[in-house]
Amino acid sequence: MEEAVLIGINSVFIVAVVSTFIGAVTCVQISYNLNNAFIPRSTIGFMVREMTILEMAPTITSIVLAGKVGSNIAGGLGTMRITEQVDALEVMGINSASYLVLPKMLASILVFPMLVIIAMFLSILGGYVAGTLTGALSGQEYITGLRSSFIGFNITFALIKSVVFAFIISSISSYKGYFTTGGALEVGESSTNAVTNSVIALLIADYVCAQVLL
Amino acid sequence: MIEIHNIQKSFNGKKVLDGIDGVFESGKMNMLLGASGTGKSVLLKCIVGLVKPDVGSITYDGRIFTNNKLDIKQEIRRKIGMLFQGSALFDSMNVNENIDFPLKMLTDMTRAERRERVEFCLKRVGLEQAGKLMPSELSGGMKKRVGIARAIAPHCTYLFCDEPNSGLDPLTAIKIDELIKEITEEYDITTIVVTHDMNSVLEYGDNVMFLYQGKKLWEGHSSEIMDTKVRELNDFIFSNRLMRDAKKVEQIEEEEQREEDQRQEEEKNRNK
Repeated sequence: MEEAVLIGINSVFIVAVVSTFIGAVTCVQISYNLNNAFIPRSTIGFMVREMTILEMAPTITSIVLAGKVGSNIAGGLGTMRITEQVDALEVMGINSASYLVLPKMLASILVFPMLVIIAMFLSILGGYVAGTLTGALSGQEYITGLRSSFIGFNITFALIKSVVFAFIISSISSYKGYFTTGGALEVGESSTNAVTNSVIALLIADYVCAQVLL
Repeated sequence: MIEIHNIQKSFNGKKVLDGIDGVFESGKMNMLLGASGTGKSVLLKCIVGLVKPDVGSITYDGRIFTNNKLDIKQEIRRKIGMLFQGSALFDSMNVNENIDFPLKMLTDMTRAERRERVEFCLKRVGLEQAGKLMPSELSGGMKKRVGIARAIAPHCTYLFCDEPNSGLDPLTAIKIDELIKEITEEYDITTIVVTHDMNSVLEYGDNVMFLYQGKKLWEGHSSEIMDTKVRELNDFIFSNRLMRDAKKVEQIEEEEQREEDQRQEEEKNRNK
């Protein structure tokens, strides 16, 4: 539970900021590109929704979380390793990997989908606010777009991706942190490697998920 | 009692421990002495199971530890308390929680019993008022004391200390050594201390093992160490001026005593 709070609640702010602005920017940019009089303005709402649910919310949120949560996990475990706290657990007869890593992975898998749902909602809201404030489209047009041709499986797809991404980020970061050797410099290195490796693995998994599930 | 037999360990082809045998008795301060890089800490880590020796066996009160089943190893480990060089206190927990941790994880004690035991251990190491402090708020000496309290909390049978007085001022170092000695005798614990501090060895060492380049070169009581004929050990002991001066004073005193005895003998003969 503590881990879930640490990973989830502490990440709500950054996820909220990023997703709201991504929704807003998506709306403004689609509106800029849709100048054809034959295409209804409600298409902007439809496109914001599809982009948000399929890609922006799960993937961008996970990339942001790879930076925040991944480096936090790797740095924390790395510091525990070099200050012999992991050895202290082992000497006590406690399985350190199971005690330290498993809660982080379970918490990530539990919390990431929730954060993605928040990101979806705020991103679509951001698009609405940006669209109506700039006069790109009316609120009614945006909502009409949002409600047209909705496919329920897209939500399931996004949540499946978020679980896969949670597993990838938490496991890679835990591995990098748990097997840190050396000193403070190596802890920093582990954190950096955890983030870069997680992001690369996450993008590959994103492609695989799209290929397999859609 | 802990027995080790023919312990060998290499890292990347470099032999760090080369066939070390030894017996560490309970109720005694067993000390592993040697310069930096001679394999003391590696030997200690082999004994507690943090590093697996390439060859050799370790037994705890007759029970084989090396190459035994995991559950038996875990059972033995639960009787082990260890004080690490940097104390290894859990950063996210305060002092009370640090001491309570092994009790919560390894025993069936109730919350009230645990609280009582934590209070007792803190009192035993002289830190009754520090329970609510975080490790970052403690001095080096206090951290070592909390480390000792955490180690003895689950009624450990074996206590391992990796350079317990490194980084401490001489007065605090003596207090920590005294505390370890008292606890060892009071609870009849088998204690192994890794050190390169000659003050600790001379003052508290019941059984001293000197390691040099991964080999055991000398073993005996601390009272015999000054008279050793092992060149490497002599070089180590008398590497600082204080010890050399102490040796000189001792030699002068012995010489004076011998002259005095001779003079008295001559006087006796003359009187006859």
